[in-house]
Amino acid sequence: MTDPPSPEQYPIVQRLRAWDTQAVTQAAEFRGELTLVLPREHLRRVGTYLAAEPGLEYNFLSDISAVDRLPAEPRFELNYHLLSLPNRQTLRLRVWVSGLTDPTVDSVTSLWPTADWHEREIFDLFGIRFDGHPDLRRILMPDDWEGHPLRKDYPVEGFR
Amino acid sequence: MTTTVQTATGATETMVLNMGPQHPSTHGVLRVVVELDGETVVKARPEVGYLHTGIEKTCEALTYSQAITVTDRLDYLAPLSNNLGYCLAVEKLLGIEVPKRAQYVRVLLTELTRIASHLVWLGTHAMDLGAVSVMLYCFREREQVLSIFEMVSGQRMMTSYFRIGGLALEPPPGWLDRVAAFLQTFPSRIDEYEELLTSNRIWKLRTVGIGVLNAKDAVADGVSGPMLRAAGVAYDVRKFFPYSSYEEFDFDVPTRTESDCYARYLVRVAEMRESVKIVRQAAAKIPPEGPIRTDAPGIIPPEREAMKTEMEALIYHFKIFTEGFAPPPGEVYQRIESPRGELGFFVVSDGSPRPCRVKVRAPSFVNLQALPEMAEGRLVADLIACIGTTDIVLGEVDR
Repeated sequence: MTDPPSPEQYPIVQRLRAWDTQAVTQAAEFRGELTLVLPREHLRRVGTYLAAEPGLEYNFLSDISAVDRLPAEPRFELNYHLLSLPNRQTLRLRVWVSGLTDPTVDSVTSLWPTADWHEREIFDLFGIRFDGHPDLRRILMPDDWEGHPLRKDYPVEGFR
Repeated sequence: MTTTVQTATGATETMVLNMGPQHPSTHGVLRVVVELDGETVVKARPEVGYLHTGIEKTCEALTYSQAITVTDRLDYLAPLSNNLGYCLAVEKLLGIEVPKRAQYVRVLLTELTRIASHLVWLGTHAMDLGAVSVMLYCFREREQVLSIFEMVSGQRMMTSYFRIGGLALEPPPGWLDRVAAFLQTFPSRIDEYEELLTSNRIWKLRTVGIGVLNAKDAVADGVSGPMLRAAGVAYDVRKFFPYSSYEEFDFDVPTRTESDCYARYLVRVAEMRESVKIVRQAAAKIPPEGPIRTDAPGIIPPEREAMKTEMEALIYHFKIFTEGFAPPPGEVYQRIESPRGELGFFVVSDGSPRPCRVKVRAPSFVNLQALPEMAEGRLVADLIACIGTTDIVLGEVDR
C-alpha cells in the first residue's frame, strides 16, 4: 500500500502558499477532508481570495462551527465549511482563538452574508466576538442570559 | 420603536407588530417582528430561540449511539434524514462502511421521509393560503408513509431506526409490499394535488411573483434545498457529494428559474415524483437477505444469539452499552440532502466515548435568514406565503 499523498500536495494548498507564504500555517487531512489552519488575523483576507479567485470560487459558506477545547490554549477553534458550487469542491478553514482575553475574530459577513446568523449563534453559545458584524446579539438564548452554554466549563444541567 | 418612512402618500408613521411566537402560520414558535406601513411590510425581523432545547449540548453528555435519539427531535418532520446524517458522520469518523443492503434500505426510507415531509409542507402551506382541503388529502397519504415507518421501526415519528453501522433491526417480512402498494397509488395522488393547485387562479395569485429570492442572493445567504433549486441553482447534495449509494440511482434534480413561491411549490411537487422513482429503484435493489449491520466488533452490538454462546460477544455487548465506543480523535463534516436542504453534521471526537462536539448545520435555520429579503416591501399576507414557502421546522432552527 502506498502512503496517502501529503496534504501539502493539494493544488489548493500549493496555490495559497504561492499566493502568500503566511496564509496557511498548517494543512491536515482526515477521512478525506482537507483542513487549512490559518492565522486568525489573515482570515478575512484569505476568505476574500478564496471566495472571488477564478478557479476557486468558494462562494457558498455551509457552516461555521465553534469547538471549545478546554483546557487547551488557545481554547476555541472556529471551523468554516466552504463549498465551491461551480467546482464542486469543499474546504474547511480553521482559526484558533485564545480564551485568555476577550475572544475576538474578524467577521466574514461581508464575504458571505450567511455568516450573520452563524456568528450570532457562536457569540451566543460560546461568547466569541466578531469584529465588523452588523448586529451581534444573542440569537437562541434570551437576551438577558448569563454565560455561554456550549462552553465546556458550563454544566450540562446549567448553573443552579 | 417607531420610525417615519417616506411613502407614496407622504411621510407616515409605521407600526411595529409582533407576529408570533404563538401564531398558526409560523409553523411552530417563530416570532417575526414586522414594521408595517399600512399593510406593507417595511421591515421583517425573525426572532428565533423559543424552542431552544440545547440538543448540541445534550449530545456532548451522551455516548455516540445514544445521541441518535436526540437527532430525531431536530427536524421532527424528517427524523430519518437526521438519523442518516448523524450516523453517516459517525461512520465516517470511525472509518466503517455499511453493507449495501442497509444502504438501500436507508435510501428508500429517507426518500419516503422526503415525501412525508413535503406532504406536510404542501398541506400546511396551502392551508395558510386558504386552500384548506389540500391539507386533508396530504395528511391522508402521509399517514400511509408513517404506517410504513411504524411497521419497520415500531415508531411513526421518532424512529431512531438507523444506527451507527447499519439498521436497528431487520425490516419485517412484507414491508416491501406495503411500500409497493403506496407507490401504486401515490403518483395519481400527486396529480390530484396538482389539479387542486397548479392552475388554480387564487393559488397563482397568492404565489406567482411573491417572495422572489434570486440565485445570487440565495447563494450568498447560504440558502439550500428546494429554495435554491427554485432559483435555478441545481445544488443537490445527492448529486454533488453522493452518500449511501445515491450515485447508483437514476433521478433528476428539478429546478426552476422564477425564484418565487410558485416555483418552490413546483420544485417540491416535482421532487416528490423523483422520490417515487428512487423508492421504486431502491425497492427493486434491496436483496431479500444479507447483513444489515457492518461487522465491527466493539462498535456494533452483537447478535442476540451470539451473546448466549460466545463470551466475547457478551463482553462487547456489555462494553458498548455501559461505556460506548471511542472513535479516533478527529473531526468530520457530513452533509446530506434533507427535505429542507443541506443538513450538515460536524462531529468532533477527542478520543473519548462521548462526542466532544456535535454541530448541526440546520437547513431551515439558514434558509430563514432570507425571510426579510423575500418579504420586505410586500403585503402582510405575502409574508405568510414567504414563511410557508421557506418550510421551516422550529425544532431544527432552534435545536
